Amino acid sequence: MSRYPLLAVLVSLLAAGAILLSDRRPNVREAWTFVAAAVKFLLVVSMLPTVLAGGVIEATYAELLPGWSLHLRADLFGLIFALLASGLWILTSIYSIGYMRAGHYTHQTGYFASFAVCLSATMGIAFAGNLITFFLFYEMLTLATYPLVVHDRTEEAVAAGRKYLAYTLGAGQLLLLALVAVAVLAPGESFQPGGFLMGKAPLGVLGLVFVLGLIGVGAKAAIMPLHGWLPAAMVAPTPVSALLHAVAVVKAGTFGCLRLVHYVFGVDLLRAMGADTVLAVAAALTILLASVRALGEQNLKRRLAYSTVSQLSYIVLGAALGSTAAVAGAMFHIVAHGFMKITLFFCAGAIYIKTHKLEIPDLAGLGRQMPITFGAFTLGALGLAGTPLCVGFVSKWNLGMGALQSGQAVFLAVFVASGILNFAYFFPIIYTAFFGRPGQAIRFDEANPALWAPLAATAVVSLILGIYPNAGLQFYHLAWTAAESVMAGAGQALAGGGMP
Amino acid sequence: MTAHLPVLIVVLPLAAAVAVPLVALAFPKAAFAVACLALAAAGVASCAALSHVLAHGTLRYELGGWAPPWGIEYVVDPLSGGMGALITLIAVCVVVYAGPRANGGSAARSGMFHSLFLLLVTGLLGIVLTGDMFNLYVFLEISSLAAYALLASGGIRGTVATFRYLIVGTIAATFYLLGTGYLYALTGTLNMADMAARLTAVVDARAYGVAVVLTVIGLAIKAALFPLHGWLPDAYTYAPAPVTGFIAAVMAKVSAYALFRVLYFVTPAEGASAQALMLLGWVSVIAVLAGSILAMAQQDIRRMLAYSSVGQMGYIVLGFALGTPAALIGALLHLFGHAVMKGCLFLVVGGIQWRTGIYKISDYAGMGRRMPLTMAAFVVAALAMIGLPPTLGFFSKWYLLSGAVEARAWLFVAALVLSSLLGIVYFFRVFEFAYLKTPEAGQGTPPRQELPLHMLAPILVLTAAVLVFGLLNQQVVGGIIRHALPGALAP
Repeated sequence: MSRYPLLAVLVSLLAAGAILLSDRRPNVREAWTFVAAAVKFLLVVSMLPTVLAGGVIEATYAELLPGWSLHLRADLFGLIFALLASGLWILTSIYSIGYMRAGHYTHQTGYFASFAVCLSATMGIAFAGNLITFFLFYEMLTLATYPLVVHDRTEEAVAAGRKYLAYTLGAGQLLLLALVAVAVLAPGESFQPGGFLMGKAPLGVLGLVFVLGLIGVGAKAAIMPLHGWLPAAMVAPTPVSALLHAVAVVKAGTFGCLRLVHYVFGVDLLRAMGADTVLAVAAALTILLASVRALGEQNLKRRLAYSTVSQLSYIVLGAALGSTAAVAGAMFHIVAHGFMKITLFFCAGAIYIKTHKLEIPDLAGLGRQMPITFGAFTLGALGLAGTPLCVGFVSKWNLGMGALQSGQAVFLAVFVASGILNFAYFFPIIYTAFFGRPGQAIRFDEANPALWAPLAATAVVSLILGIYPNAGLQFYHLAWTAAESVMAGAGQALAGGGMP
Repeated sequence: MTAHLPVLIVVLPLAAAVAVPLVALAFPKAAFAVACLALAAAGVASCAALSHVLAHGTLRYELGGWAPPWGIEYVVDPLSGGMGALITLIAVCVVVYAGPRANGGSAARSGMFHSLFLLLVTGLLGIVLTGDMFNLYVFLEISSLAAYALLASGGIRGTVATFRYLIVGTIAATFYLLGTGYLYALTGTLNMADMAARLTAVVDARAYGVAVVLTVIGLAIKAALFPLHGWLPDAYTYAPAPVTGFIAAVMAKVSAYALFRVLYFVTPAEGASAQALMLLGWVSVIAVLAGSILAMAQQDIRRMLAYSSVGQMGYIVLGFALGTPAALIGALLHLFGHAVMKGCLFLVVGGIQWRTGIYKISDYAGMGRRMPLTMAAFVVAALAMIGLPPTLGFFSKWYLLSGAVEARAWLFVAALVLSSLLGIVYFFRVFEFAYLKTPEAGQGTPPRQELPLHMLAPILVLTAAVLVFGLLNQQVVGGIIRHALPGALAP
């Protein structure tokens, strides 16, 4: 059992090799993807009972730096992310095959291989037990995503790839500096609920380290003004935007943000530095500004991208608020936003493959042509706006409660305002699609099942999770338990470490 | 047997260097085998010596039975033993890569090539193993002369570039010789250990300062430390591929080793050498940045790699200058790592030029499909040069960074980070051409043109070394490098 996290990382890495070798036989190649996805998901799910029972599955391997080994550990929070990413990879794989074949894309072998490597890196991030392991997989994810961003090989794609690398690798270097500083201050520490840096250095030094680390993870989490790469990266094929730019990559950023705030620094240290307010204000501004930018975008994928930027900062804001409900809401929103946003991107891809349209005014009447797709789109959009009975409501409720718990009601207003803005930028799309007047006659003409089945599935799941948040994999329970352990850890750190 | 290991490491390639041209005349096919065997034997000998040293302490050998400090002494300590193992590892890879028909094909010429190559390896091994300041000069000249001849065999432009290198290299060697002369005048000894003991008494002498300056300048030219790097780009660019691969990998590193040896093991820590190190620190910051910026400006991939070497030598000297244990570990690990990475990159680039005639970055379009394995090796080695985990380059940079943070040298920290970013720019430019651009229309898809096995295998071995030694860097650091630090800093 203790090797399961490593196996979960390795399985898709091996699959990537097999995929490259099956270059000339597409069906064999795709089989590797499914085998790896299924095995990975089963491995991750099989760790769930132990972790739910309060256990931790961990093992250390080669010592990479003095005291810092390659340390893989499945804890509550890591498992949330791992379950989400590995589960959605299965659906995305079905969707990818439908999408890439229907769209007659070239270089599919490289595409599927890179995708598999990305998932390995994502598992590594989820299971990283210390900062060096996290950083290793974090940079690996950046590199593995680059071929997917530039997949079309057009001028625009290459430019987007450059922008992507500039932001993410540049930020990675700052994260590296933060790591070096942490290694000097507290050598060999693993992630601990509640953090471990309290009292290790003067607040000013820790503040600088925090800023460096935050920029490092904040670039992938697309906190403004570090968000520029995300809309540009929408040039990638839609399955990439769906899984990587709504789930794996950007969530790796927010995941890292939560790890940094609650497992390295600790919320009390953050408050002592005053950094919680700075982070919260930055996140709140991102939520609002990105929503406003989304209103102005006429391209469906770019509007979704800005919506992602805004929603990611819900998670960051939850981390910064630092009360139990806020942290639980933030962790659960990783799951909630994952299901909702992947639905929306799947829809955008299905529309594009079917009609080659992505400009919102061109979508008039398509809702009647593609009812399943647009039905799912509506469900996802309602969820993102925080409508009750949708999964987005659950996380938003907790985030709002958390804002009140930590006595900062102003951020509740931010969540409410953002909900309204969400309605404002999604409603026109839905209205145009169902009630707009199309150029020609409309008849039922859905995209092929490999495209609509996954998006219907994610839409249904986001509805089920909205009604029973604990259904199936017990995400809600995991999030609350993880948040409570963080708070308990923070209390201990305060009692043990003392204020500097 | 063990007692004779230190000299055996040097004598084996030297004897083979003499034997190979004769063998080549009689049995053309056997010459290559002799060269390979000699280098492999030297490799085994240096690994055996290294492991013996790590287990039982420093190994000393009195040449001809003359006791030091009068006679010449060969010393294998963890530092020189590690360097010896590194040089022979790269040498074996390169000689296999060059193959039996090296340098034009005819048996006589290939015999010449192998003979000169063995002589070059002899010289470099001698530099790292000797414990005598003047003997170091002798080996410096042996290696340089062999290198001039090898570099000059790359056509007319190679000859011109080599002539320039010859002049500069001779000046450098003269500087070093003058420095040694002053030190001899001050102490009356040439043995390094003896000199180190006697120098503490004369730290205040003005001649001592002059000696340090002359020695440091001489070795800095040889190590191609900016702004004394002028000879390097042309020499690397126009030489035959195996030669560049070897010289770029280890020759400047050996001079950096000599610099480290002199400044940390021979001269006292206070006084002129401390000032020299401080100055070297500032110079190397400029070197790191200038090398990277100049590399970005190149269209010829060989020149790009050459300027990148200028920058990377700055990393190593920067670590020496910082002088904290972490920084020295970083410098020595980078010395090892950069030899492997840059050797791999030059072998790839040389192989591509040999196969397709292409050396301009803009002509690399479609290379990812034409030579998939070779380009994959290039990508791995380039990522290591940038310093991304889990490659060797990341860990050496980590130690350098933590050394700089410990020493609170924030400017150095900034320079290291900036240099990585510049590295991203110039290496990803190559990736873009190789993988994202398709060649000019009208030619169809070019066929697969993978390198033959004897060229590909050394490249892949070095690529694997970049990754394996990255993951096992703690074994290298804890097992060898920590013991190679100068006495006061060693555990």
